[in-house]
Amino acid sequence: MAQATLRPPKTYSLLQYEIREGILFLLPAMVLIFGITLFPILFTFVLSFTDTPLSNPSPQNFVGLSNYLAFLRSAQFWQAIWRTVYFTVVSVGVELLLGLGIALLIHARPPGWAFLRTSLIIPWAVPTIVNGALWRWIYNADYGALNGLLYSLGVIEKYRPWLTEPMQALNLVIVADIWHSVPFIALILQAALATLPLELDEAAAVDGANAWQRFWFIRLPLLRPAILVALVIRTVEAFRVFDIIYVITQGGPAFGTVTISYLTYLESFSYGHLGSGAALSFLITLFTLVMALAYIRLLYRPEVQG
Amino acid sequence: MKHWRRAVSTAILLGLMALVLLFIYAPIAWLVLSSISTRAELLAVPPHWIPEHPTLKNYRDILIPGTAVSEVARTFSITLRNSFIVAGSTTLICLVTGSLAGYALARLRLPFRNALFMSILGVRMVPEISLVVPLYIIAARLALLNKPIILIITYLSFALPFAIWMLSTFFESVPRELEDAALIDGSSRLGTLFRVVLPVAAPGIVSTALFTFLLAWDEFFFALIFTSTIAAKTVPVAIAEFTGRYAVDITAMMTGGVLAALPPVLLALIFQRYIVSGLSAGAVKG
Repeated sequence: MAQATLRPPKTYSLLQYEIREGILFLLPAMVLIFGITLFPILFTFVLSFTDTPLSNPSPQNFVGLSNYLAFLRSAQFWQAIWRTVYFTVVSVGVELLLGLGIALLIHARPPGWAFLRTSLIIPWAVPTIVNGALWRWIYNADYGALNGLLYSLGVIEKYRPWLTEPMQALNLVIVADIWHSVPFIALILQAALATLPLELDEAAAVDGANAWQRFWFIRLPLLRPAILVALVIRTVEAFRVFDIIYVITQGGPAFGTVTISYLTYLESFSYGHLGSGAALSFLITLFTLVMALAYIRLLYRPEVQG
Repeated sequence: MKHWRRAVSTAILLGLMALVLLFIYAPIAWLVLSSISTRAELLAVPPHWIPEHPTLKNYRDILIPGTAVSEVARTFSITLRNSFIVAGSTTLICLVTGSLAGYALARLRLPFRNALFMSILGVRMVPEISLVVPLYIIAARLALLNKPIILIITYLSFALPFAIWMLSTFFESVPRELEDAALIDGSSRLGTLFRVVLPVAAPGIVSTALFTFLLAWDEFFFALIFTSTIAAKTVPVAIAEFTGRYAVDITAMMTGGVLAALPPVLLALIFQRYIVSGLSAGAVKG
């Protein structure tokens, strides 16, 4: 009893105080984020084991793994996966090459380079849907600018439909995506190039390395982190491509441009199978998680914390 | 000799630059030209590249109520307003809650900080399609479909993690001594954040606001699923509706396209240096 009264009054240490403040500061954002992402993801996971219809959307009729198994056996699913992979690899690959080229071009500082850099911001800032609508109009079979241009130049004898053959339609959607996304990669890479130390480059030049060697052995390795970040971000985005396909081809012709996101949309909202739509979207989430881990390893450097 | 080689390499660079500029501006030019052409000139074969009778009629049709032919065009200005409300509110909420959270993550000694940082980065990557079905079910239950509030709430799912990440990067670069001085003088954390940190990090805030606004303005998928009436429909949904399967209202679609692109393009051009610095700070909008 006597001992207890001798104890100093209870106080919070500075650290404890900071933690309490931290929790209060974080609370509003965390409640929002986890309420609108974590909870829905778990909900999606539960739904994916049911055959809940859109017409009566509360989780019902537990069906085990059958949604997942049905997809693994369906040709439509594997075709959508294949198209998504094709779209991602081709568009991101071309975007990276063009983006790097444009970044190097800006870095060479030809007259007017600043105007080029400013111009890059425009396609980047144009909304995705406007970009899609614009290219859909360009590809128009009866009045489109692509037809008009090729016809005026004498390349084609008469107008032709561009979006009636699945593979060609997919490639033309990729062109539209490239126009929109190259500037992003070019801007990131030119910013990274501007921060590279010049000494190495100069030293190599003094030692007799030619421009190509200096690029391949010095600049490219130094650019690797920026390239990887751009690559992961674009890969995740390309893998979930939806908007631009919705506007340009609506998944057509003959499902020829249905990617995995588009298939999920069709399952959930056109066919009204919320259960199998949820199974698909959960597969996309898993893939994204893997990419996110790669991204975190690239971007998150614990040593920058104070 | 050396002089001569230099001239050639400059010429090559300029040639390449001309090609890139053509690639950038040709589609833009066609978008703008289409919006000031009459339907007849656009539907000529081959089209009149430079309209002989340029007109602003398309803009009048789409902006002034009662003049347009189609339903979508008649209601376009309302969708423009909806987009401003949704993108503006999303940005505002992100800045307020994101500043608090970003500051705590950047400065305070928290035991679970690394885990939080990483989960925020992870959440940022979650595709909308993974969230849409449950959010749709909940929104339908709470009768929130076709209201701007459902878009504002759901846009936070990608905009808020993004804003927190970006803001905390900027807060980390604020010199600690400034804050310590204020704290020793008896200023509270919140007071220090508002009076010392935010003003110093102002360029970062502008940058974050810009990126968040552009992200929300660009969003299409949630808007497509959650809104079908004019009460909350945003500009991207309206433009997608111009491309109805059978009748495409080309002039309205291109005019709407110009109007939808103007706010983000102008903002991005005016605040150019914030965009470039934001991109290099690891900020990300594809």
